[in-house]
Amino acid sequence: MSNIKSTNEFVIKFANVNGSGSASANQMFAKGVFRSGVPVSPKNIFPSNIQGLPTWFEVRVSEKGYLGRREGADIVVAMNPQSYNQDLMELNSGGYLLYDSSWKRDFKRTDINVIEIPLTKLCVEEFSNSKQRLLFKNIVYVGALSYLLNMEKEIYEILIKEQFKGKEKLIDPNVKALNLGYDYARENLKEICEIKIETSDKTKGMILTSGNDASGLGCVYGGATVCAWYPITPSTSLAEAFTDFSEKLRVEEETNKNKYAIIQAEDELAAVGMAIGANWNGARGFTATSGPGISLMSEFIGLAYFAEVPLVLFDIQRGGPSTGMPTRTQQSDVLSCAYASHGDTKHVLLIPSDPKECFEFAAEAFDLADRIQTPVIVLSDLDLGMNDWTCPEFKWDDTKLFDKGKVLHGKDLEEIENFGRYLDVDGDGIPYRTYPGAHPEKGAYFTRGTSHDEYAKYTEDGVVNARNLSRLLKKYQTASELVPNPIFKQETNTSSIGVIYYGSTEASMQEALDLLHEEGVILDAMRLRAFPFNLEVWEFIEDHDLLFIVEQNRDGQMRTLIMAEGGIIPDKLVSVLCFDGQPITADFISNKISSHLTGSPSKTAVGGK
Amino acid sequence: MTYIVKPKNHHPDLEKNELGLTRRDYEGSISSLCAGCGHDSISAAILEACFELSLSAHNIAKLSGIGCSSKAPAYFLNQSHGFNSVHGRMPSVATGANLANHEMLYLGISGDGDTASIGIGQFIHAARRQLNVVYVVENNGTYGLTKGQFSATNDLESKSKYGEDNLFPSIDLAAMAIQLEASFVARSFSGDKEQLVPLLKAAMKHKGFSFLDIISPCVAFNNHGTSTKSYDYIREHNESVSKPDFVPLGKEITTSYEEGQSVQVPLHDGSLISLEKLSKDFDPSNKASSLTKINKAEEKGKVLTGLLYINTESKDLKETLNVVDKPLNQLSEKDLCPGAEKLQAINKDLC
Repeated sequence: MSNIKSTNEFVIKFANVNGSGSASANQMFAKGVFRSGVPVSPKNIFPSNIQGLPTWFEVRVSEKGYLGRREGADIVVAMNPQSYNQDLMELNSGGYLLYDSSWKRDFKRTDINVIEIPLTKLCVEEFSNSKQRLLFKNIVYVGALSYLLNMEKEIYEILIKEQFKGKEKLIDPNVKALNLGYDYARENLKEICEIKIETSDKTKGMILTSGNDASGLGCVYGGATVCAWYPITPSTSLAEAFTDFSEKLRVEEETNKNKYAIIQAEDELAAVGMAIGANWNGARGFTATSGPGISLMSEFIGLAYFAEVPLVLFDIQRGGPSTGMPTRTQQSDVLSCAYASHGDTKHVLLIPSDPKECFEFAAEAFDLADRIQTPVIVLSDLDLGMNDWTCPEFKWDDTKLFDKGKVLHGKDLEEIENFGRYLDVDGDGIPYRTYPGAHPEKGAYFTRGTSHDEYAKYTEDGVVNARNLSRLLKKYQTASELVPNPIFKQETNTSSIGVIYYGSTEASMQEALDLLHEEGVILDAMRLRAFPFNLEVWEFIEDHDLLFIVEQNRDGQMRTLIMAEGGIIPDKLVSVLCFDGQPITADFISNKISSHLTGSPSKTAVGGK
Repeated sequence: MTYIVKPKNHHPDLEKNELGLTRRDYEGSISSLCAGCGHDSISAAILEACFELSLSAHNIAKLSGIGCSSKAPAYFLNQSHGFNSVHGRMPSVATGANLANHEMLYLGISGDGDTASIGIGQFIHAARRQLNVVYVVENNGTYGLTKGQFSATNDLESKSKYGEDNLFPSIDLAAMAIQLEASFVARSFSGDKEQLVPLLKAAMKHKGFSFLDIISPCVAFNNHGTSTKSYDYIREHNESVSKPDFVPLGKEITTSYEEGQSVQVPLHDGSLISLEKLSKDFDPSNKASSLTKINKAEEKGKVLTGLLYINTESKDLKETLNVVDKPLNQLSEKDLCPGAEKLQAINKDLC
């Protein structure tokens, strides 16, 4: 047997019981790697359950910066006898299995290294409190790992101090547990593990945070004041992040009053209704939800589209259809968001690919919604939203002002003879609006979801209604010029074959392209960041004979959208689809593309692993 | 409905209020509701209340859902912004609008289908959150716009225009609102302007969830002999708990009622609502006695009208959420954006 030997490139998988307090210890482990200067990508694979079911935490460590998910683990920390068999299968040959040897076990695999630590016994001997005995097992294995991987133990001591700031009593027992593991490994497990962490500088200028935290912060920076939401995994943490950051950053000093209002609504319909009401009245309101919420909100989204009320909505996509896999990731709401609601509707989508973009797009979404007077949906997903990502730090330009769009205030109205809420004065399809209370005699209008003329009056005149619908199409054209451009991996196109992808797939794409490059396959790559598609998107498609579209859904929804919006012939677009609920891997992408190019040219490359 | 376009010229001798405005200045577009519709009388009462209180129409927002009632906001207060939203969802839109700018007066106009069926969830939660809104249900016991189906406020065993029996008991929205701690609950009749206008005026001055269940007969589908929401039935079975009179702040308090028989309730801004007590055991500030009174009237087949419940002590939503006094829609970048320096500190926390 040859042991896996690696420095700063490996995957470690923690198998725990849900509700056992493992998540924070595992997160601490990942943060320790990040603080060692090595990029890290932790992924929490959790059940829709509060206590008892198996849960996993995968950490990919990659100095090269490959932060997508990778199949197979090099180290497994097996803390859950329920899932031993499965966990064992996922351990690569030559890898390391760390388990609680308080109860010894024969794992019947001769091609792996078994690392025995009697975690329960150590904790029972050291701690008298039964809760501590249970919780500290997690900290003990972090301590042991820091020795096994040759990390600086001090990093974890500092992390413990930071984590329990304000609850100082908890610091000492946690540090004790850390040392317990570290010392046990030093005394009993010398030179057993050939996977190491070596201090590096690759996380300089980087942060470790989740997309939802970043989006919540982006809403604060973007000037959102009204947040109405209904709890749903995986979007809940976005509203909670907005709450936390608002409490820290948005309380008026003199009065101790809030410069924001947050309501946990009675359902998703009310949540989006509140956000629409706030925006109609000139404040920046938003809601956050997931696929089922989009279904519920669709009627209101149609109203905001047709009545031209700005609205910002975050869809943190999860596995569908129906209730689906609430704790697994997918990109399967692309079509339901792009065309949400009955009748002819099209919505602006922003598709971030890392927390930094989540922050930026969240703030920008409010400007775009106000500028275009329409719903803007930020399309994230569970993997991006709930997991911590290593990404460049947030930046803000203090000279930036909010773009509130075309709003006529009292003074403006004084000078205007003829105000029509839906008049296309500038020829870009975007009309002027007024806030309630703007002027005693001018500017009032009746907002409605029924057909209306340029002056917001109800009309059943089909020609007038068609004229309005056509203007909305013109506005949508204008929107395509305002939304973020696609990002290209190459400066100029060099291949006749291209790949199109979006969102959290970014994490695996560079690695996939590098793997293909090793095989001699060179592809041009474009990452979509928004809908409607702009000219650059269409030019890229035009410039290539064959395009792979990599998505995390079953039906190739972005491919359908591209075909529908651009009249692109289906033969030119080949889907690469992963929809098993796990984040897509570089191996999956490169294998599917490679096998298509080398002779199994099915029109779709479908499936999970 | 009338097809006569209203002339824009005003008679020079029209009565003017404190703002120098006439009733004509509070008008809306021409109603497209049926001639004799109770809703039009309610619109007229709202207009009258706003005129008498000398309210600036542009500082009022009119919000509604879907249905005949929800069309009504177009027929009064042309200088107010209006929002005809989606069916049963007016309360959420009103909540968002109110949070954006608490300084305006929000008139929520709904119907019995809009509130007691599709929108009952939002109604309940707006009431329990004490949203500062005047919430009017124009209650005709029927789905008028879809031609006469029963609504959930229609009485058990009452007949439709087509002779069908209503198989299910009715929902009493006023009783429900009291249960939910709505801080102002009244019931009235669209045809009783004397009672309705003072109640509307008081509701407009009340801070918190002001609910008015206004029986408003549907002349087209629910005004026949067997209806319990017809003009005739309501006139015969109306039992009033109080005859209200509204006294705005700063005006000399005069009431037409004898001392001892009237009770005066001060509202948040110091204005008073005077109620003539018709019943000795009735106290509008006691939840339990209000509910008992409603139930007793119902047993007798009576519709209890007047101010049924009031609580002037409760906090409204804005206060509960501890929101700043400056309206949120008037806060600038300086107020809202924490800036680059704070962001750098946040970055540091995330390393």
